[in-house]
Amino acid sequence: MYVAVKGGEKAISAAHAWLDETRRGDTALPELSVAQIEQQMALAVDRVMAEGSCHDRFLAALAIKQAKGDLIEAAFLLRAYRTTLPRFGASAPLETSRMRLRRRISATYKDLPGGQVLGPTFDYTHRLLDFALAAEGRDAPATPEAPTDMTDVPRVTEILAREGLMQREALSESEPGDLTREPLSFPASRPVRLQNLARGDEGFLLALGYSTQRGYGNAHPFVGEIRVGHIGVEITPPELGFAIDIGDIGITECQMVNQFKGSRTEPAQFTRGYGLVFGHGERRAMSMALVDRGLRARELGEEADAPAQQEEFVLYHSDNIEATGFVEHLKLPHYVDFQSELENLRTIRRAAEAELREAAE
Amino acid sequence: MTEAGYNFAYLDEATKRMIRRAILKAVAIPGHQIPFGAREMPLPYGWGTGGIQVTASILGPNDVLKVIDQGADDTTNAVSIRRFFTRVAGIATTEVTGEASIIQTRHRIPEKPLTENQILVYQVPQPEPLFRLEPHRAETRRLHALADYGLMHVRLYEDIARLGHIAKAYDYPVMVNERYLMSPSPIPAFDNPKMHQMAALQLFGAGREKRIYAVPPYTPVRSLDFEDHPFRPIRAPHACAICGSTTSYLDELVTDDAGGRAFICSDTDYCQERQQAPKAAAE
Repeated sequence: MYVAVKGGEKAISAAHAWLDETRRGDTALPELSVAQIEQQMALAVDRVMAEGSCHDRFLAALAIKQAKGDLIEAAFLLRAYRTTLPRFGASAPLETSRMRLRRRISATYKDLPGGQVLGPTFDYTHRLLDFALAAEGRDAPATPEAPTDMTDVPRVTEILAREGLMQREALSESEPGDLTREPLSFPASRPVRLQNLARGDEGFLLALGYSTQRGYGNAHPFVGEIRVGHIGVEITPPELGFAIDIGDIGITECQMVNQFKGSRTEPAQFTRGYGLVFGHGERRAMSMALVDRGLRARELGEEADAPAQQEEFVLYHSDNIEATGFVEHLKLPHYVDFQSELENLRTIRRAAEAELREAAE
Repeated sequence: MTEAGYNFAYLDEATKRMIRRAILKAVAIPGHQIPFGAREMPLPYGWGTGGIQVTASILGPNDVLKVIDQGADDTTNAVSIRRFFTRVAGIATTEVTGEASIIQTRHRIPEKPLTENQILVYQVPQPEPLFRLEPHRAETRRLHALADYGLMHVRLYEDIARLGHIAKAYDYPVMVNERYLMSPSPIPAFDNPKMHQMAALQLFGAGREKRIYAVPPYTPVRSLDFEDHPFRPIRAPHACAICGSTTSYLDELVTDDAGGRAFICSDTDYCQERQQAPKAAAE
C-alpha cells in the first residue's frame, strides 16, 4: 500500500522511456529531422524563439522535436538552455528603417515611400484545406520575383512624427533593464514592459489586445506599419570601441498609431503602440503593440481600469513558462495540505452537527 | 559524475553570488521578502525552482542533500530534484534527516528537530502572505513597510465569527521576529511551531515570484492568533498504522471503496527510524 501511493525512481525512468517511444511514433514512417522542422515548420520555430527568448532556429527546431510539437514545452526547453548562457552585453538599438524587408504593409497610407509589399502571407488566402498538399512530393512552383530596393525604407511613424502629429519617444542612451537578470518591479520601465511582452504568451497577448478593441481599454488603433525581414545586430565591445556586426536576426515590427486627446502639457497627437518580436510573427507583434499602448494609459493620463491597462496584471501573467509551470504544478502531490483541510472540515462539521443535536434535544 | 557542460550545481558562479547576496540580505531582515533575479531552471516553475536555486547557490561539494516532498523522500518530485543535484553537482544524498547538511522541502518540516549544522530550504509557491487579500504587489510592499497587517487579522477574525475558530489549515501566516508577516509556505499549520526558535537556518525560495526570504536560527516565529482564540495546530486524531506514532503528522490513505482509512506518518524517515528503534533496542 505504502509503495503504491508514493512514486519512485523506477516509475519516472519508465515513464520517460515511454515518452521517448511515443515521440518517435510509428517507426514504419521516416523520422522527422530537425532541419525539416526548421524549414517546414518555420512559424512554429519563430514562435518558440520568441517565447523562448533565444534567437536560434536550430535549437528552437530541436526543442519542437523534443517536445513532440508542444510549443510551450519547446519554449520552456529553449529558456532553460538560454539561462545557462553568459550575458556579454547589450546590442546597439536596431535601426529598423534599414532592415532587409520581405514584407511591409501600412493600413494608414495607400501608397508611401518603399511601397506596400505583401511578401509571404496568409492574408487573402482562402482557408480551404488544400488536399493537393496531402499528396507529397510536389514542389511549390517558383515565385515570380519583382525587382525591389527594400533596404532603406522610412518608417510610417517617422513620416507622421516629422509633421509633429506623432508623439516622439523619449531618447535614452542608458542601457535598458534586463528582465532575465532583474526581477520585475513596479511601476516597470517601458523597455522592461516591452521585453516582457516580446516573450509573452501569444494567446494571452492576442486576447488582451483583442479586449482593447472591444471596449476594455478604449483603443482606436491603426496599423501604421508592419515590417518583416532581417536585420544585422551590432555590439560595441569595450575593448574595441567601435561597433561590429555579430549576425542577422529575423524580426517582425509593428507600430500601431493611436489617438490621443492631448493633455494640459501636450497637444492632441497620435501615440504609438510598439511591437517587436523574433521571426515572422505578425499576430504577436500586433497584439504586443496593442497591449503596449494599453499599458501607457496611466502615463498619458487616461483612465486605466481595463485588464490590458493593468501593468501588474499583464506583466505578471504574460509569461507562459511561468504560467504553465504553476498551473501544472497542481499535478504534484498536495496530500499533506489536503489532509489538513480534511481534518479542518471534519472539525467544522462535527461542531455544526453537535449544535444541531443540541438544538433538537 | 556530474553532467558535462554545466557548472557545479547548474548555475554559473555569478548567478550563485547574486543569489547568496539575496540570501544574506534575507537573513539580515528576517521574514522580509528580497526580490532576486531568478533564472529559468530546467524544471518547471511551481515545481521547486526557487528552492532549487537557493540549494544550488549554497551547495558545496561536501554537502549531503536530502530532498522531501510531502514529508517523503520517495515522492516523484523529490526523486526528480534529488536526481537533478546528483546529476549536476555529483554530491552525496541521504534520506536520513540527521545525516543531511541541507534539506530541501516541499510542504513539510521534518519531525526530527534540526540542528545548527543544518539548513532547511523551503520551496515556496507564493511568498506574499497577503496575496489573497491584496493582489497588487506594489500595495502589499507598502503594507509590509508599515507593518500594517490589519487585513490578515480581519480575515482570521471573520473565520472565528463564522466558524468559531480559524479555518486556515496550511500556509498559516506567521509573524517573524515580531516584525514581518510571512508565509511559511504551504506546510500544515501543525508544522508552524517547529519554525519557532529553530536551531537550523531556514531559507525560502520562490522562483516564479522571484523572492527569497529567511528565518535565521533561534528567531521567534509566532503563528497569528488572538488571546481568546489561541493558535492550535491540527493533526488527524490517530496513531500511525506502521510505527504507532501519536505525535507525528499523518497522511490519510483510502484503503478500499467502503470508507476504509489508514493513517501513516507523512515523514517517511521519521517513521523508518521508529520502526528500527525497537529492533535496535532488542539487539
